[in-house]
Amino acid sequence: MSALLEVTDLTVEFPTGPGRKVHAVSGVSFSVHEGETLGLVGESGCGKSTTGRAIMQLPRPTSGSVVYDGQELTSLRGDSLRTVRRQLQMIFQDPISSLNPRRRVHDIVAEPLAIWNVGTKDARDDKVRELLDAVGLDAAAATRRPHEFSGGQCQRISIARSLALDPKLLICDEPVSALDVSVQAQILNLLEDMKVRYGLTLIFVSHNLGVVKNISDRVAVMYLGKLCELAPADDLYARPAHHYTSALLASIPVADPRVRPGAAPDAVAGDPPSPIDPPSGCRFRTRCPRAEAHCAAAEPALREIAPGHYVACHFPIGENDGR
Amino acid sequence: MSAPLLEVDNLVTHFRSDRGLVRAVDGVSFSLERGQTLGIVGESGCGKTVLSRSIMGLLPPKNVVIGGHVRFEGRDLGALRAVDMRRVWGAEIAMVFQDPMTSLNPVMRIGVQVTEGLRVHLDMDKDRATETAIALLKSVGIPEAERRMHQYPFELSGGMRQRVTIAIAIACGPKLLIADEPTTALDVTVQAQILNLLQDKQRERHMAMILVTHDLGVVAGRTDHIAVMYAGKIVETAPTATLFTEMRMPYTEALIRSIPKPAAPSHTRLRAIEGRPPDLVRPPVGCNFAPRCPYARDKCHDHEPPLEGGEHAFACWYPI
Repeated sequence: MSALLEVTDLTVEFPTGPGRKVHAVSGVSFSVHEGETLGLVGESGCGKSTTGRAIMQLPRPTSGSVVYDGQELTSLRGDSLRTVRRQLQMIFQDPISSLNPRRRVHDIVAEPLAIWNVGTKDARDDKVRELLDAVGLDAAAATRRPHEFSGGQCQRISIARSLALDPKLLICDEPVSALDVSVQAQILNLLEDMKVRYGLTLIFVSHNLGVVKNISDRVAVMYLGKLCELAPADDLYARPAHHYTSALLASIPVADPRVRPGAAPDAVAGDPPSPIDPPSGCRFRTRCPRAEAHCAAAEPALREIAPGHYVACHFPIGENDGR
Repeated sequence: MSAPLLEVDNLVTHFRSDRGLVRAVDGVSFSLERGQTLGIVGESGCGKTVLSRSIMGLLPPKNVVIGGHVRFEGRDLGALRAVDMRRVWGAEIAMVFQDPMTSLNPVMRIGVQVTEGLRVHLDMDKDRATETAIALLKSVGIPEAERRMHQYPFELSGGMRQRVTIAIAIACGPKLLIADEPTTALDVTVQAQILNLLQDKQRERHMAMILVTHDLGVVAGRTDHIAVMYAGKIVETAPTATLFTEMRMPYTEALIRSIPKPAAPSHTRLRAIEGRPPDLVRPPVGCNFAPRCPYARDKCHDHEPPLEGGEHAFACWYPI
């Protein structure tokens, strides 16, 4: 598998007043292979959504490189960037606010085709029909407006629109977070089907670890703008190496009364620190049960501890710690 | 046996709308003993929040049709005058809401908000109330409680704010705490902390607690009983362990199956529930879940099943 997308040292900072800035994403590197689903998981403010958007150059990264299919996106401008963006599409968290309430579903889904003047009008209408059918909506939906649909159906419309230009890479930013569990399952299954049918590569951003595990081939865990751990999904959940990953996993409420909550020894205390003034060294050290002086002094680099399993920790779980 | 702490009897809350009567809560009955915890679980629009507000008497005065009874220690709360209800709120039944930013007053210092109930209900003087409030803030895990007393809600993180609302809720020693989606706005590591805190306080003070949530995971290990709601009705209720192992109502089964489980291998196909919940203005004639139920037969579409059974009750003609 070749890398479709190569993100290197991606940094996004937002100014917040004189001399202060939010370190939203700080030196994140990963690659996404063609045909895979990469999950980006972390708590609010960890930079996972900003990472997804910075790949789209919305906003442009402060520094770092984003290479898509051999092209450096950060140096592209104007038309050449717009042309590449046809192949990169996004779907967002709130399906209702991401659709124009005044327009009919047909026009919403046809808009990307109209902008790029793809084919004849008849061909575009056929494409819209095909897409609506693919995402599981009746043909009658085409003449209706977003308010007539539920959240789950609106997300189907968003997915149909994102697929109109036959993109290769779909960035999904919390696409099921606003949906109920029963509908969430429908949309996750739909994304899996669309991925196969249209040969997509997915970046799936979510705070929900269960959801990310379900849909991803590999999962990257972020904390306060940094990548903590990156590994194949099943491996990461079975053998977390970073103390933050382990804490996250221990915090998931499990729908099984035999699992006693609160007994998890790895659950962390406190809140994440502010990204305006992040801790020195390892950013997780202020909440980490294993932190030592070294963690404040030196920032741990992302290193491979097992084939395909990367971790940024001086003292990863399972390595020389007697466990 | 004495009367249960809370008895909800055929509670009905309908809202008048332009489209017709919205049957948000449609004949709900349950009871809760002292010191017990009940989880009320359901998807958005199932009526779980309206139910908790109906118990508290926190509904708008207009365009609401209310029926049935809510008895708290034998008293019918619906028959109380507003002035008497104020003595119940905070002092006997307290509530924690989903969004701590909107349930706290943004222009009042934390200290004023925590001491308010103590001064009104427990008649404490200022110094005593302040002292008690600091102890309360410490007991809910807020560091530097003295300093926090002088801060405003915006200066605190989401998790800290929710700790403050819990301190306010338990300040006057209520016998019942209703927590409506208390952790939905919080991150997963903070969620675990807040749920543990609620559980500790509930045990420590022997309060009864109603935990309202859309997440079965939140109630699984933390409640004695669970009631599953669908389209304004309780469709199954059972002791927590029983519900998960011997669910009888197809909706409960479908709900549990549709959750992506972290322990399952990635790309496990999810068993989604097709369709969506019914329109509460025009609910189906028979069982509300029948249009989405894989086991539905003719009878389900024509006749509504009653909620029947003892400790484990379910509303289904053809239980699993």
